[in-house]
Amino acid sequence: MTPTDEPRPVLELAGARKSFGAVHALVDGRIALRSGEAHALVGENGAGKSTLVNILAGVHQPDGGTLTVGGEDVVFNGPAAAREAGVSIIYQEPTLFPDLTVAENIFMGRQPLRSGRRIDRARMDEEARSIFKRLGVALDPRRVARGLSVADQQLVEIAKALSLSAKVLVMDEPTAALTGVEVQRLFDVMTTLQNDGAAVMFISHRLEEVFASCQRVTVMRDGKFVSSARIEETDVDTIIHQMVGRDLDSLFPKTATTPGEPVLEVRHLGREGVFDDVSFTVRAGEIVALAGLVGAGRSEVARAIFGIDPRTQGEVVVDGKRLEPGRPLAAMAAGIGLVPEDRRQQGLVMDMGIDQNFALASLRKLRRGGIMRRSSEQRLAKVWAERLQVKFGRLRDPAATLSGGNQQKVVIGKWLAREPSLLIIDEPTRGIDVGTKSEVHRIIDSLVQGGMAVLMISSELPEVLGMADRVVVLHEGRVTGNFARDEADETTIMRAATGQHGRDAA
Amino acid sequence: MTSDVQTAPTGRPDSVQRSIGWRDALRWEGGLVVVLIAVLIFGSAQSSSFLSQSTIFYAGINIGYIALMALPMTFIIMTGEIDLSVASMLGLAGSLMGFLWHHGWGIWPAIIAALVVGALGGALNGVLVAYTALPSIAVTIGTLTLFRGVAQILLGSLTVPGVGDPQFPDSMTKIGTQSIPGGALSYSTVLFLVLALLAGIVLHATPFGRALHAIGLQPEAASFSGVRVAWVKFCLFVVSGLICAVAGVLLTLQNASVSYTAGTGLELNVVAIVLFGGVSIFGGKGTIFGVLLSVIIFGALQMILTQTHVEAEKQLVITGLLLLISVIVANGRELLSRVRSRLAVGGGSR
Ligand SMILES: Nc1ncnc2c1ncn2[C@@H]1O[C@H](COP(=O)(O)OP(=O)(O)OP(=O)(O)O)[C@@H](O)[C@H]1O
Ligand SMILES: [Mg+2]
Repeated sequence: MTPTDEPRPVLELAGARKSFGAVHALVDGRIALRSGEAHALVGENGAGKSTLVNILAGVHQPDGGTLTVGGEDVVFNGPAAAREAGVSIIYQEPTLFPDLTVAENIFMGRQPLRSGRRIDRARMDEEARSIFKRLGVALDPRRVARGLSVADQQLVEIAKALSLSAKVLVMDEPTAALTGVEVQRLFDVMTTLQNDGAAVMFISHRLEEVFASCQRVTVMRDGKFVSSARIEETDVDTIIHQMVGRDLDSLFPKTATTPGEPVLEVRHLGREGVFDDVSFTVRAGEIVALAGLVGAGRSEVARAIFGIDPRTQGEVVVDGKRLEPGRPLAAMAAGIGLVPEDRRQQGLVMDMGIDQNFALASLRKLRRGGIMRRSSEQRLAKVWAERLQVKFGRLRDPAATLSGGNQQKVVIGKWLAREPSLLIIDEPTRGIDVGTKSEVHRIIDSLVQGGMAVLMISSELPEVLGMADRVVVLHEGRVTGNFARDEADETTIMRAATGQHGRDAA
Repeated sequence: MTSDVQTAPTGRPDSVQRSIGWRDALRWEGGLVVVLIAVLIFGSAQSSSFLSQSTIFYAGINIGYIALMALPMTFIIMTGEIDLSVASMLGLAGSLMGFLWHHGWGIWPAIIAALVVGALGGALNGVLVAYTALPSIAVTIGTLTLFRGVAQILLGSLTVPGVGDPQFPDSMTKIGTQSIPGGALSYSTVLFLVLALLAGIVLHATPFGRALHAIGLQPEAASFSGVRVAWVKFCLFVVSGLICAVAGVLLTLQNASVSYTAGTGLELNVVAIVLFGGVSIFGGKGTIFGVLLSVIIFGALQMILTQTHVEAEKQLVITGLLLLISVIVANGRELLSRVRSRLAVGGGSR
């Protein structure tokens, strides 16, 4: 399929294999990165993308396969070797030293020195500044890393890669936690890098991003290479088919239901300095979406309802009864579940077994005479793993061994196991592949048909429009719109979300 | 699907999962069993009376009250905190009991007062650790000094019972010289074993125990699952204070006397026992069974050292070494992987 006039790849991985115990994460990993080209790697959750990245990063040693860089066979026996060979990795969540400055982070361990082995700060800041200039972004090299947005932290990591004169830049789901504007800025930076001759590899579950930013796309399924094509030679449907191995039904399965009694009534809810006078109602059998830009206060509202965060005004009423503030246990007892935004920090205990994570919110229910039996826990986990079709090695493996999408399913399952009457889901499909996404949507839809109420926070407009019966829009901590399903469209929501619209909550 | 990655419906039989899990969990404890057997063989080779009833009794007298404090310490270390004030609390409780006895209180009122102060001292630690952002190591180093200081104010250079004081009741001080009826074990040993059984059930078979694991591994995820992290920590420190007071009362009665220096420096033995028992210093991992084995090993070692006439100073060196070994070996794998992931710049994106 590769025309002969194409330049030789700077980095080529072929036939890479990697197993973790009985789990064959990678069976035939293949990728060829060319300089000046942005290359997308797509595949379902658990397809082996991150495993492939970790091999390129020198974090995992492959069980087999060949890796060539610049035409020569290489073996990365550690991250340092990969860095040396000019391969830099940008992870979804960068790991900067929070108390060091941006410039110090960039030059960590290789600071330019003055006489007497003192660090030459001026030169360091200057070099950092020139890198940012090259990237076309405005970041102050002298500010500390703490408090930088995820997007800015990624830029620092990219700057670090450039300062190492990386030839290959690998980005594993860099956009999953970014806002629209930030994604666009990242694409601009990618273009700059390509023009400078770097080879860029880009992983994302959002195919529109792939088509907007890459020239080539490789598809993986079940740890195997499936296809690689220039972007103009393929299309979304072909890629999805190759990823999933079948055609997808409609993306947003939405069954019309008649809403019942109000389950959740939020009245004039406020938290000093965060959000103010937020009111809305969620009925049984109804999905209400909280829409808005990142930073509008949506997650904060959800956390205050659940009692993780305090609230300073207003009240929350569940099934006609007022809910005590600041007590997640009270919220849980009232039938509320919360699937939080950050599944790796808040949703899961990563070092605990998959089974124990499934059971973590239901421990009291599993108790018989004060004692909790391991077997009942495993039974619960088994039931939900099956129902949600979680892909795993062994149920007692740590949750950290699951791929991102499967982790999300565990968090959802952990709450469904409590049979909540109201499920709050913050970004239900972040980092989830197309197939699983429609599966998660189908799960939510069937739960709602069964009478559950859902409060959904989503930054993806298609998801909001496709799933919600009612859309409540927040802008800077205030409700700027409250639309029924048939009133809501992209324009009305975006106008309310950006505060250009004066229409108040009902 | 690749062949061995399974979707749930084709689940592997439970037994396979369980056996592998047990092997993982018991690897360290298995090692401890081997060490224990080695120590016992060595001890028996040193002295023919090593496994005699009286040795077992005195080993219990020497280690029992320390072992008691290891139980709440296990819980606290499980949550990623530490309580370094345990030995000072023991000293304070004993001193208060002696002080009140000296001033003519009855034995039971004096004991109850000591236990109340234990719980209150624990509550002080608990409030500071759970409801302010202070690290427990700093807080409890502070209260380590504070409790010992109060004990010194109470007793000064006095040893109670001193000249003119009545002796503690015989019926109670006999726990220092007599074993339980019909057995070789000391009262303190029996109390420890009962509480260890209870602690084992709580830690490994109740929601509370599971919550402790979750707190130690990932406190934020725990609180998002409805675990009251601060409250749990507070309770643990209260229990720790109370149990240490119990240990102080026990030691006072065993010795039939008390001075303000009682138990000085024992916090390190307690921490050493817990860590040698396989409890992770980073929190979230460990078993009561491991701690129990560790207690027996420490008790046996102490007997060997005493029987072979190793002086107390040298015994201290050995405690120190064991402490180091347990931290390095028991937590070695975790330490290594932490160092590695630090070097690996993030380690992975999942
Ligand atoms: N350390 C590990 N131990 C056991 N299994 C692992 C480990 N790392 C990955 N796996 C398994 O390998 C498979 C591939 O995982 P990988 O993270 O590479 O998928 P991915 O394509 O990046 O998925 P996602 O899009 O969800 O991030 C998964 O089934 C995962 O559970
Ligand atoms: Mg991944």
